[in-house]
Formats: sequence, structure tokens, C-alpha cells
Amino acid sequence: MPKLSVWTVRSALVALVVGTLMGALMLAAKAGMAPPMLMRLLPVHQEIVLLGWLVQLAMGVGYWILPRVDGARPRAWLAVVAVICLNGGVVAAALGAWFGLAGAVVCGRILELVAAIGFVGHFWTRIRLGGLINRLSAEEIAARRS
Amino acid sequence: MPTVSRAFILTGLLYLALAMVAAVALALGAAGLGVSPALYPVYIHLLAVGWITQLIFGVAYWMFPGRVRDPGAGERVVLWSTYALLNVGLLLRALSEPLLSRGGAWPAVLTASAICQLIAVVLFVGHLWPRLRAR
Repeated sequence: MPKLSVWTVRSALVALVVGTLMGALMLAAKAGMAPPMLMRLLPVHQEIVLLGWLVQLAMGVGYWILPRVDGARPRAWLAVVAVICLNGGVVAAALGAWFGLAGAVVCGRILELVAAIGFVGHFWTRIRLGGLINRLSAEEIAARRS
Repeated sequence: MPTVSRAFILTGLLYLALAMVAAVALALGAAGLGVSPALYPVYIHLLAVGWITQLIFGVAYWMFPGRVRDPGAGERVVLWSTYALLNVGLLLRALSEPLLSRGGAWPAVLTASAICQLIAVVLFVGHLWPRLRAR
């Protein structure tokens, strides 16, 4: 597994634990066994579980298993930028939702948009070119290289 | 495919069907047929935890690097405890959340369901974390 996938999947697992902890606190609050103000965690919980856990895990695994182009992952820097932006975006949007800072939520969403564009740019190249190379014969590849 | 992965994925498929039943019930409720909207968070979690997360757990245990072919007793206990706690927690939640307003033991059952699911997640992350290594 490439280093970027390791860190992305680990980050997703951290988000899963944090998101589940928040969910557990909210259920306890709903049951009257924890302070009711914990119900305000709902948008933070949704942000962390949906984007921090599910989307990030898909991206980390995708970076690992999607077709490579000639044995390499072209434009890997796009995926690196996307992972950084996704995590920054989730943290900013979650903190913004908890503290009621609309500006932080907007910044978080913009970072998440940049992350999505980065992932699309990276994966698009790999799927298009990886599939193309799989269809070409070894002779055609050699001819194109020369 | 390892037995525990099969258990995670097959149970996940059942939750997918159950979530769709909940979705139909909610739609009937919206049409005035008496199903409580309190079922909505249950529906979302049947999908997100019961189906998607459980599917991920099953596939991740099977496909991620570092799986040993014959896991030791300790690893088996961790994996099957994850499976049991996740599903018991989710079923208790699905049962207790719509009935919470009736009081009685339901608030305690709902809190217990949350604790079960949290322990399951921590156990699985604790298992998977050391398997994630760059090569």
C-alpha cells in the first residue's frame, strides 16, 4: 500500500472513531444520560463521518488500487493536495459548525471542493490512461514511446 | 474469503434490505399512515453503519495487506467481538430509539447500544491500524 493511502486510511479510521464517539455522546444525551447540549454535535458528527470517514476511505483505497499508468501514479501531487485539503476542510467545517462560525464552515467547504477537484483530476488521468494502456499491445506501446 | 468477512458482508446485505423497509415505512408515515418520523435516524444508521461500514469492515479485513491466513485466538476474539458488538449495538438502537419517549428501560438500552457500537469501532480500528504499512 503506498504511503499516501496509508496516511489517508489512517486518517479515515481516526475520523471513524471520533465520529462514533460523538454519535455515542449524542445518543446518551438523547436518552437523558448526558448533557442535552451535546445534541449540538449533530452537524459535526455528520461532517466527520460522511467526509472524514467514508469519502476519505474511498479516496485512500482508490489511490491504492485504481489502475496505474505504466506502473506509476501520474500527477500524484494532486492526490496529496486533495488529502490535505479534505482533512483541513473537515476540521474547519466541523469547528465552524460547533462554534457557530459561518466563515469557517464556508472555508471548510471550499477546501473540500478543492479536494474533490484534486481527486477527480488525479483519478481521471489514471482511469483514462490506465484503461488505454491496457487495451494497447506491447508493440503499440513501444511504437508510441519511440 | 475469511469467515468473519463473509459474516460482515452478508449481515450488511440484510441491513441494506432492512434500511429499505424502514425507508418505505417512513414514506408511508409521511403519507399519513402512522409511522413515526423518529424512525429516520434509525434508517440513516441502518444504511451508514449496518450496510456501508459493515461492508467496509468485511472487505478491509479480507483485502488490506498484512492479514494472516490462520489468525490466533486473540485476533479471532477481537474480530468476532467487533461483529457481535456492532450488530447488537445497532439492533438495540433500532429497537430503542423509536420507543424512547415511552421511558422505562429504553433510555438505558439506547445508551448501551451507543457503548456497544463505540467499542466495536475501537476494536476494529485497533486491529486494522498496525496492518497499514507503506511498502
